[in-house]
Amino acid sequence: MRIVRRTRPIRYKALVTALLAVGFALAAGALVFAGQGVNPLEAYAVMVSGALGSLNGLAEVAVKAVPLTLTGLSVAVAATMLLWNIGAEGQFVWGAIGAGWAALYLSPFLPTALVIPACLLCGALAGALWAMIPAALRVRYGVSEILTTLLLNYVAIIFMEHLYFGPWRDPMAFGFPGTPTFPEASWLPRLGKTRLHLGALVAVLAAAGLHLLLARTKWGYRIRVTGRSGQAARYAGMNTSRQTYAVMATAGALAGLAGMGEVCGIHYLIREGINPGYGYDGIIVACLAGLRPALVPVYAVVLGTFLIGADRLQSAMQLPSSIGLVLEGALLLGLLAAEAVTRFRIASGKGDDNV
Amino acid sequence: MFEDIIFIATIAIKSSIAVLFAAVGEVFAERSGVLNLGVEGMMLTGAMVGAAAGIAWGDPWLAAGCGMLAGAALAAVHAFFAINLKADQTLSGLAIAIFGAGLAGFLGRAIIGERGVRFGLEALPVLSDIPVLGGIFFKQNALAYVAYILVPLTAWMLFRTRLGLKIRAVGEDAPAADAMGVNVTLVRWGCVLFGGLLAGLGGCYLSLAYTPGWKDGMTMGQGWIAIAMVIFSGWRPGRAALGALLFGALAALQWNFEANGSELIPAWILKMLPYVLTIVVLVLVKRFGTSGRGNAPSALGIPFHRM
Repeated sequence: MRIVRRTRPIRYKALVTALLAVGFALAAGALVFAGQGVNPLEAYAVMVSGALGSLNGLAEVAVKAVPLTLTGLSVAVAATMLLWNIGAEGQFVWGAIGAGWAALYLSPFLPTALVIPACLLCGALAGALWAMIPAALRVRYGVSEILTTLLLNYVAIIFMEHLYFGPWRDPMAFGFPGTPTFPEASWLPRLGKTRLHLGALVAVLAAAGLHLLLARTKWGYRIRVTGRSGQAARYAGMNTSRQTYAVMATAGALAGLAGMGEVCGIHYLIREGINPGYGYDGIIVACLAGLRPALVPVYAVVLGTFLIGADRLQSAMQLPSSIGLVLEGALLLGLLAAEAVTRFRIASGKGDDNV
Repeated sequence: MFEDIIFIATIAIKSSIAVLFAAVGEVFAERSGVLNLGVEGMMLTGAMVGAAAGIAWGDPWLAAGCGMLAGAALAAVHAFFAINLKADQTLSGLAIAIFGAGLAGFLGRAIIGERGVRFGLEALPVLSDIPVLGGIFFKQNALAYVAYILVPLTAWMLFRTRLGLKIRAVGEDAPAADAMGVNVTLVRWGCVLFGGLLAGLGGCYLSLAYTPGWKDGMTMGQGWIAIAMVIFSGWRPGRAALGALLFGALAALQWNFEANGSELIPAWILKMLPYVLTIVVLVLVKRFGTSGRGNAPSALGIPFHRM
């Protein structure tokens, strides 16, 4: 028995891949549940009904899908050019800091109508600037962006903590470290009584815009060519360094917008817990979507369902919500396994490989 | 002043051991051609399992063994995906990092706040009586001594034995090694598992010696720093240990400033330093290291598919 490459692509590849990935994740999660003495079926039932069984649950899934879409797009656009942006988490944090600065310190000088645009701009800009560091290190010194973006996440988080423990701390909030509540002019408008905010529109527009940008423009074409083969791109006279900066800036701005949306749309302040790992979730979303921007919002909803389900599990069954991470990791592994299944087949006997 | 230096040096050693174990393990995985980005997840799971086993059975050695096996179990998943399924090693590693962090957080919830066992300080006879150095190096816990033995042993193994030659051959040119009759799959599996054992031990060092007990996310990115130290080391166990020591020295500085309350450097900048300086080290290696990819194994990250 050997593993050989498939000659013909299998039918319904995208569907098969997604089903296998989700199935793998659920199976791995079931093992972990069972190991804890929890009935997996019961746990999954709680997760599904918690996330999808009520209007409020559905709204919360949508709320989660907003930052997941933006960080997913962030990872996807970079990966299209074979850049691994594992730093969406740090760019998200900087987006929150940038937006927070605009809301707390810039808004007094602005007319009310300009406060939200200022927050959007500062959030995106802060994320983009933070992403310039790994871009520059990659272009100038050839340092792997995987490690630099990752290590910079810790730096960004420590800096944010410094701000809300130190110079930006609200002196009126006894004991709880955090900034003062942002002025109301910076709050993103919400849909009815839900927590779904304007960021949802931003996320959808970003996905559509990025799709068009990659599929229809010269810029997008260049990025895709560089992603396929950097050498070919250089032979064709493309400036890969400038593209690296442009792509990382875009990625950073998208993740920054996610951070902005969370602080201006949900929390209205910066404190511990505003970044429960959305940057890392973005990696999973981007991979599930096969790096296609148009599919990113879809899979952001799928992952959002997982995460809200995990939250419900915590309140209903007192199980730690870290099960969300377990399922995410398993989802990514399942995706890789599914790709292997669709790429290779098991053959019996001996014979030539690659037939 | 002199006392301070001894104090800082002792803490520096103490703070470097977890990164050291993980980095040496990663050297082996990468030398065989497999990039393992899952170290952080393996360390966290190792730390949690080690702490839990320590609480259950009260024996630190047994606990460390359990933590190592936990790290190896996750490494086996990575090995299966990277070696057998020929999956993208970057993604597989990231998946393990996320999965391991979640698993440790999920299963470890039950033991948060419980006092575990710990490896106590053991002064080695004779050696600890050496002035200055004795106090710094030989009044440590047992795992530190394991690390002292491990580094030269693994370096010797990698560069002076047939097995080491096989490992390096597989990492440099798997098809050639295969043609020479080396079992590429077996060698890679062995190296990735060894890396997992050591990542698990690194995690155990944190939860059984450094700050006993389990806390969610207690590795604070040391797994990623370990991977950076492998690059810094030029894929050599000895230099990886040196890199770990550098990291330990920064952590020790932080302790020292906290202990004597001096605000010479603000605490938040000190907290950033290990990450920032790791990045600086990566840049310096690229800037002044040997040309191109440095000493990186040529087949690093490339799945082997027998033609």
